[in-house]
Amino acid sequence: MDFQVVILAGGFSSNLVPLVSKEVPKALLPVANRPVLSYVLDLLESNNLKDLIVVVEGEDAALKVGGWISSACVDRLHVEVAAVAENVGTAGALRAIAHHLTANDILIVSGDIVSDIPPGAVAATHRRHDAAVTVMLCAQPVSGPSESGGSGGKDKTKKPACEDIVGLDSWKQFLLYIAKGTEIKKDTRVNKSILCAAGKMELRSDLMDSHIYAFKRSVLQEVLDQKPAFRSLKQDVLPYLVRTQLRSDVSSDQNNVEENGNGKNNMQNNEVVLSQVLSNASLPSFHQVYESGLDSRKTHKCCVYIADESKYFVRLNSIQAFMDVNRDVIGDANHLSGYSFSAHHNIVHPSAELGSKTTVGPHCMLGEGSQVGDKCSVKRSVIGRHCRIGSNVKIVNSVVMDHATIGDGCSIQGSVICSNAQLQERVTLRDCQVEAGYIVCAGGEHKGETFARK
Amino acid sequence: MGAQKKGGGGARVSEDAEEQSHQRLQAILLADSFATKFRPVTLERPKVLLPIVNVPMIDYTLAWLEYAGIEEVFVFCCAHSIQIIEYLEKSEWYSHPNLVVRTIESHKSISAGDALRYMYEQQTETSQIQGDFVLVSGDTVSNMPLADLIQEHRERKKKDEKAIMTMVIKQSKSSSLTHQSRLGTDQLFIAVDPLTKQLLHYEEDKIDHPRGSVCLDKSLLESNPSVLVCNDMQDCYIDICSPEVLSLFEDNFDYQHLRRHFVKGVLVDDIMGYKIFTHEIHSSYAARIDNFRSYDTVSKDIIQRWTFPYVPDINFSGNRPLKLGRQGIYRACDVIQSRSADVGASSVIGYGTKIGDGDKILNSVIGNGCSIGSNVVIEGSYIWNNVTIEDGCEIRNAIVSDGVKIRAGAVLQPGVVLSFNVVVGRDFVVPAYSKVSLLQQPTTEDSDEELEYADSSSRTADHLSGLNLQMESKASELGPDGAGYIWEVCEGAHDEEWKHSVAPIPEDKLAEITQAIDDDDTDDESVVPTSGELKSDADSINTDMNDPNDDYYDFEKEVEGTVLRAVEENIKVDLVTLEINGLRLSYNMESADCAGATFYSMMKLAVDTPHNSASELYKNAASIITKWKELLGFYVKKIDEQIEVIMKFEEMCQESPKELGPLFTQILHLLYDKDVLQEDAILRWAEEKAGADEADKVYLKQCETFIQWLKEASEEEDEDDEDEEEDD
Repeated sequence: MDFQVVILAGGFSSNLVPLVSKEVPKALLPVANRPVLSYVLDLLESNNLKDLIVVVEGEDAALKVGGWISSACVDRLHVEVAAVAENVGTAGALRAIAHHLTANDILIVSGDIVSDIPPGAVAATHRRHDAAVTVMLCAQPVSGPSESGGSGGKDKTKKPACEDIVGLDSWKQFLLYIAKGTEIKKDTRVNKSILCAAGKMELRSDLMDSHIYAFKRSVLQEVLDQKPAFRSLKQDVLPYLVRTQLRSDVSSDQNNVEENGNGKNNMQNNEVVLSQVLSNASLPSFHQVYESGLDSRKTHKCCVYIADESKYFVRLNSIQAFMDVNRDVIGDANHLSGYSFSAHHNIVHPSAELGSKTTVGPHCMLGEGSQVGDKCSVKRSVIGRHCRIGSNVKIVNSVVMDHATIGDGCSIQGSVICSNAQLQERVTLRDCQVEAGYIVCAGGEHKGETFARK
Repeated sequence: MGAQKKGGGGARVSEDAEEQSHQRLQAILLADSFATKFRPVTLERPKVLLPIVNVPMIDYTLAWLEYAGIEEVFVFCCAHSIQIIEYLEKSEWYSHPNLVVRTIESHKSISAGDALRYMYEQQTETSQIQGDFVLVSGDTVSNMPLADLIQEHRERKKKDEKAIMTMVIKQSKSSSLTHQSRLGTDQLFIAVDPLTKQLLHYEEDKIDHPRGSVCLDKSLLESNPSVLVCNDMQDCYIDICSPEVLSLFEDNFDYQHLRRHFVKGVLVDDIMGYKIFTHEIHSSYAARIDNFRSYDTVSKDIIQRWTFPYVPDINFSGNRPLKLGRQGIYRACDVIQSRSADVGASSVIGYGTKIGDGDKILNSVIGNGCSIGSNVVIEGSYIWNNVTIEDGCEIRNAIVSDGVKIRAGAVLQPGVVLSFNVVVGRDFVVPAYSKVSLLQQPTTEDSDEELEYADSSSRTADHLSGLNLQMESKASELGPDGAGYIWEVCEGAHDEEWKHSVAPIPEDKLAEITQAIDDDDTDDESVVPTSGELKSDADSINTDMNDPNDDYYDFEKEVEGTVLRAVEENIKVDLVTLEINGLRLSYNMESADCAGATFYSMMKLAVDTPHNSASELYKNAASIITKWKELLGFYVKKIDEQIEVIMKFEEMCQESPKELGPLFTQILHLLYDKDVLQEDAILRWAEEKAGADEADKVYLKQCETFIQWLKEASEEEDEDDEDEEEDD
């Protein structure tokens, strides 16, 4: 397909402390006992996108991620891992790896996505419109990613409303406006010249940017070169391209670049456009109309692909999102997990040991070699590999990572226990996070706390 | 004032009884546009009686309302009310079987808002408006059906008490160049909820925001997941209103304009949560004749039969139908046309009109009883009734009112409007876009938006009677044998001239606009806040700086005025500081700004005082500084403020390098001597400047020795003797 895929896998995201650590970069956080990055790789592989560059912030993290990739999928995919400096932003990261980019079009995917939206469709839309950039939009979750809610309770004070405001043309093909809802203080200002050219613009606040973009390489590199101050793709590069789509600075020599790369020339290009117009018997897009009206103008197209509402999409960028994803992947969106579920809608690894009178409810997962004592109850939770769980333990809506130890009589609700952590007897946790390797003393009752060594 | 004319008299009583059984469909027709766009013609005749394709506008509106099933129309007359009432009495509308026409007269009303308030006051006495009504103005040409729309409005109202108005819109893309619709109105930006069609935002371009972006309130987007912002819609000015609309006007006595005040008020101020909805029409026609350009456009639409059945060959209002020939030529049966005359496509020629030899008539409308000489060229023009055009005239894209005489060889250039009975002299060329009338241009143009011809009805009569006298005394404006005044373009209306004219927009204007758009676009970037772009980006800095700069400029002007007055009137320093402090608060300025501005004013004063040489200028400056150093001293207590003064001074020197430039060091030294500036400030300034561009360092270099001296002096206080030589 001649698409190069860049996966921006980030580094140690500060939003996710204490879940991430030097040992576990964000990309390797387990979702149903698999690193989150594996979901992205699977998604791309299923769309036959196999030429991947994984960009990781920080050398250490890159080594960790690289190690995992080489063990997991080196035989199936052609993956390069590139390390970039920390805190350079997404645009900075792309600048750093610019020399790796050779294909005509670049698909950029955030490494923390758990979704079943086909990125191939974005690529196809991008190609069909010959766009400078194509953005995938998906429906904004109304109240948390799924209705099975109930977890976290008051944690959901974060308002999902108005995360992104996007403006679309009347056929929902082109992106005319984009702004981050949180950054708009009072007024949304819509550029009149674009509005006039398009006639109508639908402003939607119920769609959000899914951080899957297809860029024309020449355009992307030109913008990155020309605007050294741009740090973020979403906040700088994309709004810039959208804003300037009718008086493009970038596409002026883009045709030349294409000429070299593709052997296409302008004449043919025009013919292609013309034949498209004729064959579809549709009106030319407003870009073309605008261009022909003012012949000195260059335009570029910013397209959108709007994912079907039924598709699942979450970015793992907060602790709440981490909880939601884990719950959904073994619950409502279980087709993503790649596991086969038992008749009780749960997955209990054959090597796991359950004590007597212990129940594991639906939407649960019990990893390889884990042991659960007597009279325990596990509901809607993920338990990692080789965990040791005592007797009379209650685990609800929680994630317990590999090698954790939980003493007798503990009660855990809505919490995350990282790997190698230890809970002594009769600990009660509610909406807590326990850092990897941390030991929580016996008998404590905690609510909404974070346990970390510093 | 508001004498009420009962149309059919007693015959209406029986119908009143029926009102209980079903709600009558009622309409309010505003027979006054409350604008001045059709001047000078409207000084003598109300706009609704002006002919469009040889039929008065109001007939189109009434015929349509009748056809659409409206049972009762209240014609609201303001200016020239007598003429309108007379016309209606003569016409067949008063005796129409299906439509009751009542007139309401009010001379006090100067706006649509006043008119509706008047209606409301009348309402309490007579309760004429019983339910929902249609609000239109008398210059509307339409053929859209209304019954379903009213039904829709009523049902919505039943479900949602707050839905008080339904506004009719129609798709019409405005030109990307001129930003105006084909009707010549400014481009309109509306935001609509795509599902419910509720109107969320209404913005006409010029009045609200000349800027390059549309502002939508954030809460709008938070409460609606999807908002449709349209630029390709035309407001038809046809509204279905619930009775609440009238009371809203009554409650908000400052509402004048239907859109600018009322709609905006409902949308922005959120009065009682009232809502306005839109209804888009697709196949039917609706347009309002707002200006001369829309007059032209609508005329053409009528000739092209978009307004069927309201077309010239059908009798819809007692008009005599014309015969439709090939190529869309409408001709009265008794037209006398020379065989050598050439009447082109899409033309209309009225009854009793004579067309001479070799005439060329293209795309034009010619009224009844006109007489056109030979070898006349008429192109894209509108000739009303009883016009005499002599041989060899050329008329292009002009409007010629009743009774005009155009003498042989005269030329009307595009965009000319001739009002009633004007006489254009022999071989006279009327320049493009001139508006000519026998009446003099009213000199007191108070709030030209609101008053169309409110008080002119009485005056008109006087003028008309004294007409002949004036013709003789002031005939020269249209040639020796002409009569009429060419009106001057009023201030700020130069744009309107070509935008709102019947003439097509000339090419050089188009080129100009294209150029302007280019400039606009480059501006855009700094105007539109960059969403999330880094502050270090050059554009966003401009955005941030723009406004404070303007403010500062104003502030400086004010301070300058204050200081000047203080010097002239010798006001005490305390009082001046008091005044400047007041300014400082009102402009929200820093103390350093005051220092800069005060110093600037003082130096400006020095420069403005007459002087012949640099030394005289220095003396001026010295005396002013000596006299007012206390004032300055009041603001330069801190080092930062002193630096600000030096910077300001440097800036001034750069602006007038010949005058102040050479004196930079001397005056700086003076300021130091007078204890206005401390040496720390000067040294700090020098340090800051050390890293600047070479070009910026001119003045630093000039006073290098002085600074050197200061440095040394601060190190060892004693060595002043020898250094002073250097400084002088």
